Amino acid sequence: MAHNPNRRQFLLRSAALGCSAAASPFWTPITLASAPWDTRLVVIILRGGMDGLDVVRPAGDPLFAEYRPNLSDDAASSDLDGYFRLNGHLGALAPLWQAGEVGFAHAVSTPYRDKRSHFDGQDMLEAGTGMDVGIGAVRDGWLNRMLQSVPGVDARTAFAVGREDMIILNGNAPVSSWSPEARLDLSPQGRRLLQALYHEDPLFQEAGNTATELVEMLETGDAGDDGEGDDNAMMASMMNAGRAARAGALARFAAERLNQDTRIAAFSIGGWDTHRTQANGIKRALGELADAVLTLKQVLGANWDRTAVLAMTEFGRTARENGSRGTDHGTGGAMLMAGGAIRGGRVYGQWPGIAEAELYQRRDLMPTGDVRAYAAQTMQGLFGLPRDVLEGSIFPGLDMGSDLGILR
Amino acid sequence: MTPSFETYAAIRFGYGLRPGATPPQSPEAMLAALAGPDLAAADWPIAGFAEKAEAERALGLLRKARREKVDGAEEEFKAANRAALVVSAGEMRHAMLRAITGPDGLRERMVRFWADHFSVNARGKGLRDVTSGYIEDAIRHNITGNFRDLLRAASLHPVMLIYLDQVLSIGPNSRIGKRAGRGLNENLAREILELHTLGVGGAYAQTDVRQFAELLTGLFYNFRTGFDYRVQAAEPGAETVLGEVYGGGRTERLADIHAALDDLARHPDTARHIARKLAVHFVADDPDPALVAALEAAFRDSDGDLMQVYGALLAHPAAWSDFGAKARQPFDFIVAAFRALGTDPGEIANLNFRKTRQFLSGPMAVMGQPWQQPPGPDGWPEALEDWITPQGLAARVEWALMAINAFGRDQDPAAFAVAALGDMADDRLRRIVGFAESRAEGMALVLASPEFNRR
Repeated sequence: MAHNPNRRQFLLRSAALGCSAAASPFWTPITLASAPWDTRLVVIILRGGMDGLDVVRPAGDPLFAEYRPNLSDDAASSDLDGYFRLNGHLGALAPLWQAGEVGFAHAVSTPYRDKRSHFDGQDMLEAGTGMDVGIGAVRDGWLNRMLQSVPGVDARTAFAVGREDMIILNGNAPVSSWSPEARLDLSPQGRRLLQALYHEDPLFQEAGNTATELVEMLETGDAGDDGEGDDNAMMASMMNAGRAARAGALARFAAERLNQDTRIAAFSIGGWDTHRTQANGIKRALGELADAVLTLKQVLGANWDRTAVLAMTEFGRTARENGSRGTDHGTGGAMLMAGGAIRGGRVYGQWPGIAEAELYQRRDLMPTGDVRAYAAQTMQGLFGLPRDVLEGSIFPGLDMGSDLGILR
Repeated sequence: MTPSFETYAAIRFGYGLRPGATPPQSPEAMLAALAGPDLAAADWPIAGFAEKAEAERALGLLRKARREKVDGAEEEFKAANRAALVVSAGEMRHAMLRAITGPDGLRERMVRFWADHFSVNARGKGLRDVTSGYIEDAIRHNITGNFRDLLRAASLHPVMLIYLDQVLSIGPNSRIGKRAGRGLNENLAREILELHTLGVGGAYAQTDVRQFAELLTGLFYNFRTGFDYRVQAAEPGAETVLGEVYGGGRTERLADIHAALDDLARHPDTARHIARKLAVHFVADDPDPALVAALEAAFRDSDGDLMQVYGALLAHPAAWSDFGAKARQPFDFIVAAFRALGTDPGEIANLNFRKTRQFLSGPMAVMGQPWQQPPGPDGWPEALEDWITPQGLAARVEWALMAINAFGRDQDPAAFAVAALGDMADDRLRRIVGFAESRAEGMALVLASPEFNRR
């Protein structure tokens, strides 16, 4: 996609050129193209409706155990603040909570209400719109609109990682998408011909160019990452391909890009639609989430201090367990925040209580906060975006509210 | 450029051109073939669910024995599990071969369309692959009949009852519910309304979901006893769904569930939802409203006669314009490539388990469409942009190189372009692929071309 250098970038380049190229650790072609900030944002979409009440449990209210006789066992969970307890399958994140690098927002949701469809719920979560806009009417995602509002962005600034389309990053700003297990073993001549083939088809041209560039970048930039790089690697990737990359692999790839010139990454973790035997059913998804956060921290190294991770879902689930030791689609839920840039170690949000009259439609946790406000305040702090842009074009119609204090 | 009728028919409504096979000559011929005998199913048989259920039950018993550390159970379980995987791989090859060799591409495409509309993914519910058997029983036999029968067969099939948790949903005031303190699970009720019939924009509310879930209680299946309507688990009393009252008689009845499904099948929102889905799948992500209206009218006026709906689709001018607005999904891409290559069906039929993974299921997953494992009950995405991604396109090129090296006939790339694309292989495409360093790479470029990946 065309890239127009702007004045700010030009100044950055001049500054870079002013130092000794050999001596500067920043002197790489990649740095020249990087966006004009150093903080990083990772958004993880939790597909299927994560049960916030199971992840961050209001164990201090006796109603919780009454509502959920099979989903309130305290044995494996750990105390967070005397009222909420953390699901034991996120136990690996407890040290990060202690260190203030993991926190939660509770009783939050998108503006989506009432039909409780996963698919519309996810579309709204990624579009970042409200109920006033028809679902599907906005085709681009809020992270893409954020990119459209800042200068110095190029196709490597933001990455969608994994096999599936991430609506949250779709839109007019150039972004990259790649899946860690993908390969492209065409000869240089073959790549040139592919470009010629795609010349008159913009969609193929963009996808093909991105693929070629990424493969070249990964081949040179990440040598040693996988030493084979030949037919064996291709065969191995084809053979092992039956299973999608686990969240840890997606997080690793995202972190490696974020250590280079990428500043925003998004990927998905599925498996949250726990209609049955949830105590066991949620284990894998929570394990993946914990693994993703820990992998990000490990691979990001020093960059972790400048990183915020937001893990958000399309809706929460019913306050009461259903007839099969699971939960059905609900409304209010929880989001996870992590990273050195986050002021963790606390559960944010206005707790509405869970007495029947306090529930939404006497059924779901009442949402008292908008996940978009958390995302907006995070981006305001990380990237210095003005409030009118956040409330106007990125999240149209959002009231960000007063400072939640979620960033350090 | 505008392709001929034959190219359109083969690519948009089938699995592409194949050397030696005559493409459809008219909409009437396509409909006649669809109404005729199912030849491909006879050539490449796939067992129905009952047979799989037996294997599944045996596997369940072995799993239990293994848990209880019965002597030798571990080995026996592993062997049975391996055998089940081998059977599944064979079923996948047969499903592909039906599309690769079948004389009636529209039938295979309709089977995939409806299997996607009524998506199941029973892995993770303690089941191995029972999807093929479900499609064979519930979908394949019903694609030329009335939507009402298809809906009933699919949404009440044991695999659907298991997949969407209906087997666990108990009327809270039923005998079993009161005794065991069990209750509703809304999953199937919601998805029938949202996905199978009215669509998410349809005229239903949460109370309809709840009432319908109460009505559906009693539906039950397990591998030992088979399908059963358990009155003792059915919520007593009448339920009101979309303003209609069902049940409330002396006892709870399966017939009331059937009546509700029949009403949903003929609801005007269902006609609109199905019409749009067909137009989106076959013609364009943003289809001509006149086409959708024509399909909706055909559905409504014929009370859901699917052949009438297909007839309206093939009769509409929009179905024969704007070529290439859709992407071939990964399954379609692989099938179309084997057709274009003219690969001997025996070579595919005889792939062993490892090679099936290497050449078929593995690559399909990297392209973004693991075999019969859709991301959710809403099935696979439709939009062009969902499939033509950098990683997805790279996976297609990789597969093309590998498959041509293994199955290719060292054809001249320009001639191969014509075999694959007919009159869609223009001068420019033939010239570019002719510049490749090797024949194999030139052929791979044909398969990587926008022309081959669009339909």
